[in-house]
Amino acid sequence: MIEVNELTKRYGAKTAVDRLSFTVRPGRVTGFLGPNGAGKTSTLRVLLGLDAPTSGTATVGGVRFRDHPRGLHHAGALLDAGHVHGGRTARAHLAALARSNGIAARRVAEVLEEVGLADAARRRVGGFSLGMRQRLGIATALLGDPPVLIFDEPVNGMDPEGVLWVRRLFRRLAAEGRTVFLSSHLMSEMEQTADDLVVIGQGRLITAESVRDFAARGTRLSVTVVTPRPTELTAVLTTAGATVEPGDGPGDGPEAASGAAATLTVTGLPADRIAALAFEHRVLLHELTTRAATLEEAFMELTADSVEYLAGETR
Amino acid sequence: MTTRRTTPPTAVPPARFGDLVAAEWIKIRSLRSTPWTLALVALVVIGSSVAAAVADYQRFPHYSPEARREHAFSLHDAFPAEGYMCLMLAAGCIGAITVTSEYGTGLIRTTTVAVPARGAMLAAKAVVTAALWSVVGAVVATGSFVVSQAILDGRDAAITLDHSGAVRALVASALLAPVCALLGLGLGALIRHSATTMVTTTFTLLMLPLFFSTEKQWSAAIRNGMVDSSWRRLTMDWVPSQADSLVPLHTATISGSWTVYALWPLIAVALALIVVRRRDV
Repeated sequence: MIEVNELTKRYGAKTAVDRLSFTVRPGRVTGFLGPNGAGKTSTLRVLLGLDAPTSGTATVGGVRFRDHPRGLHHAGALLDAGHVHGGRTARAHLAALARSNGIAARRVAEVLEEVGLADAARRRVGGFSLGMRQRLGIATALLGDPPVLIFDEPVNGMDPEGVLWVRRLFRRLAAEGRTVFLSSHLMSEMEQTADDLVVIGQGRLITAESVRDFAARGTRLSVTVVTPRPTELTAVLTTAGATVEPGDGPGDGPEAASGAAATLTVTGLPADRIAALAFEHRVLLHELTTRAATLEEAFMELTADSVEYLAGETR
Repeated sequence: MTTRRTTPPTAVPPARFGDLVAAEWIKIRSLRSTPWTLALVALVVIGSSVAAAVADYQRFPHYSPEARREHAFSLHDAFPAEGYMCLMLAAGCIGAITVTSEYGTGLIRTTTVAVPARGAMLAAKAVVTAALWSVVGAVVATGSFVVSQAILDGRDAAITLDHSGAVRALVASALLAPVCALLGLGLGALIRHSATTMVTTTFTLLMLPLFFSTEKQWSAAIRNGMVDSSWRRLTMDWVPSQADSLVPLHTATISGSWTVYALWPLIAVALALIVVRRRDV
């Protein structure tokens, strides 16, 4: 169980986390989402006792993490796969961490086996690929067999096989009753893995709900229409109360300019009403498709206002 | 909430300081550079004693009967300043690296999640550093003494530990290593940045004493408070006499020099222990 209550963290004049509250439950995989710079890593750093909160509280298993003399039995974490000394072997790195927490040396071999690094145990970490370092970081998190696991962008640099493995691992850890908290800036990643979502932007909570609820709320229906007479149809549909935007699709560009079919994205009217109106006004339709917004789009829409760094001009 | 964990979490072992010391020892031992660096340091320092002893061996026939009889150079050959300044440099910088390399690589965050008790972790590092460099210092100082006196024995100019001040010089030279290593470790934890820590440690240990002289009382007080000056005082088997000097001399006392030896590492580590608890990692 992770509880964050009215948490604020400022670095100088910059407020990274702003009165953030949420709860992460055991037995489930919870995704922690937000655009780059939303405050995800800052929240995790406070949660793990690395940074002191400016105000508010963050607890793991009901205790401020800093109050544990040893941490590995209470939470395992992978914040950044690069947080290792390249001169040590994978085994030595884990052996030192295990020893500091009074964990038996045989546990090192077990976790190396579990993450698929048994053959690389005696190799220096400096020569590891990013994917291998991620696996080593996950091995570190598993060392103390903790009830809470926290991973910051765990699939970065992993090959497709690694991504599949890691998803299955997270599902299994949650099924064992552990609290699994994953941060990512990609919704598509969470769609595959998470049960619950905590979405933040500019340090503030945007929403905390199950993936199912999030998806249901986010499915705004739109209809894609392809017609050779876009101007006329736009006028008809707008009069009927719909919002019509030029869509991107076949028929855009040079073809559209020469009077060929153009694509329109229509919201506010269902497909059957659009078909009826077009029939009434004798406008030919080439295509009529209903689209449900994906989770990714719902996420983009939710966080659009809080995206810190936008490419190109500002909105 | 139907899938709540059925088995209780594994029994949490007690937090033992000894485990932290063992973990820090694994960290030091598992770096390939450690044995090589220490061997090189020993070679350079003992080599400097060999060079000093050989030089006096060759000049011996030209020395006055008085100098020959009093063995005025024998103890100095065992602990020549150039070699022991190298030891100060190496111990100070390597002591600093044990901390700054963790900050530089980000390993400190992994370590702090494993051991949220940051003070205990730094204290364990200090214990391991002190122990390791005490052993290195003892080996190097004993080696310097034995090898240099073996060479001087060829002129019947060797001294033994019965010689006045010889044991003190041996102990002070051995302890020079942990004193400097702990100072470096403390500065490393305070500064965190490797290059800046190296420069600061080197400046404090080797350059700073040069800014002060023994002529003026205030200046001498500062100079005598330096690790380098204290080591020089503790390895002297003669005291410069005011009667022979044209300028006033404010020579450090033996007990004062031992105090300086103790205070520098204590203050550096104590400050570091206070600061690591307060700062974000």
